[in-house]
Amino acid sequence: MAGTLRKNWRGHREASQRGTEEPPLIKWLLIGAALSFCVVFLLLPLANVFAQALAKGWAFYWKSLAHPDSRAAIRLTLTVAAISVPLNVVFGLAAAWAIAKFQFRGKSLLITLIDLPFSVSPVVAGLMFLVLFGLQGYLGEWLQDHNLRVIFALPGIVLATVFITFPFVARELIPVMEATGTEQEQAALTLGASGWQTFWHVTLPSVKWGLLYGIILCNARAMGEFGAVSVVSGHITGQTDTMPLRVEKLYNEYNAAGAFAVASLLALLALFTLAIKTFLEWRQSREFARARTAGRG
Amino acid sequence: MGFTLVYLSAIVLIPFAGLVLRACELSWADFWRLATTDRALAAYRLTFGASLIAALANALFGTLVAWVLVRYSFPGRRIIDAMVDFPFALPTAVAGLTLSSLFAANGWLGQFLVPLGIKGAFTQLGVVIALTFVGLPFVVRTLQPVLHNLDREVEEAAATLGAGRLRTFVGVIAPTLLPAVLTGFALAFARAIGEYGSIVFISGNLPFKTEIAPYLIVMRLEEYDYTGAVALAVVLLVCSFLLLGAINLLEAWTSRFAR
Repeated sequence: MAGTLRKNWRGHREASQRGTEEPPLIKWLLIGAALSFCVVFLLLPLANVFAQALAKGWAFYWKSLAHPDSRAAIRLTLTVAAISVPLNVVFGLAAAWAIAKFQFRGKSLLITLIDLPFSVSPVVAGLMFLVLFGLQGYLGEWLQDHNLRVIFALPGIVLATVFITFPFVARELIPVMEATGTEQEQAALTLGASGWQTFWHVTLPSVKWGLLYGIILCNARAMGEFGAVSVVSGHITGQTDTMPLRVEKLYNEYNAAGAFAVASLLALLALFTLAIKTFLEWRQSREFARARTAGRG
Repeated sequence: MGFTLVYLSAIVLIPFAGLVLRACELSWADFWRLATTDRALAAYRLTFGASLIAALANALFGTLVAWVLVRYSFPGRRIIDAMVDFPFALPTAVAGLTLSSLFAANGWLGQFLVPLGIKGAFTQLGVVIALTFVGLPFVVRTLQPVLHNLDREVEEAAATLGAGRLRTFVGVIAPTLLPAVLTGFALAFARAIGEYGSIVFISGNLPFKTEIAPYLIVMRLEEYDYTGAVALAVVLLVCSFLLLGAINLLEAWTSRFAR
């Protein structure tokens, strides 16, 4: 009895789904094709980084990382990220705030300008700073007279990185701020809070997850930038080589295992970024679902 | 507000103006001569050709991956979903390094492919492979929300009216997805044109053969030929802006469909 019931129920289900679902064979063929594409283009390259980094054993791996030039590159990359990420966070907050909470003329132009660094080739971005600050550049002679070094030194690398990572935080914050609206701020202001108090206690908490999301993306790009930094850094070993540039240099010296050892740190950074990103998205969807059930009840 | 504008001008507008000013110092004839040398023309051809093929490959496989991720459930789906952003998070230098070693004659994939005559490292094919890798997230991520919001009832209606699954896909689903696929394609294409880091490792950078336009700019700079570099940069910039305009139009089109 139960058997026939279940059979009937199943037959019914299959019939009702035939219209909007593919036959199982095609479905699994599609899944197989998509999976193999992802394995070749996503998983294999990742696994390869770690396999090659450890190809000559752990001892060689640690030795490559402990090399003074590699250590200098890691330090420089951390310094550059520590300067440029906070700069862009402050800017991102200010820009998103101005765009989301106020109405003014030229708003869409401002958004386009913020997006500009996304569409410029990193090499061209680096070239822009070379044209401004390089020896043949507009400010080059003045800088040399005052004994200031921008190009082939830390300031140039930071400037290029700031340019490249410029849109990330603002881009993530604008939609979040637009969605929260201005009512809560207005309520806070009516209750006598000052502008700063409103910002710290009302605006900032409401966008904290979006902000964190922007920061990790910005940081990943800042640490991994290659093209723009390569143009302005001058490749002075131990001084102006960031981690990606160090990878290139080791590779050109036919030290593949060494190059992969430094690269593995950057790959770990990418995995870490992805993990936080997935966590934030999961959290966001859970909050969204909770808000929806609360609204229904 | 004031701070936003000052910071924006300092970081973006002034460098930008510097480059444009430098380009304006060139006479039109000089600019034309520098921007269209034989070596530059070969580099443009490779940059645009490889970007086009890579973006097409991404449009095809990206649609497939997005479809599979949204419509089916299978073991490992969430991991693949999270991994799609990997090319975006991975520094391009690392991407180029690992891809070139995968496809080299003694690499994991190269040891099978090279005997078959498929050489992925230090060839034009390598450029296409690297560009496909960096452009992968764009089509998938543009398409996923659109697929998710796609109304199942429309498909049911098509099925009720007697359309087979293939006919429903071609006649009903594909037209709705088209603007999003095109947007993703354009984004991947735009990204591919400017790409530098990953190509340096995998292409071998032989003039006239596997040299891309951004690499030629770097070569000019190493020869201290700033004007030559600026002329090439202007060509690339103009192309990026045209693409940016096209992407904005496409996005307007997509959002009209979404409503």
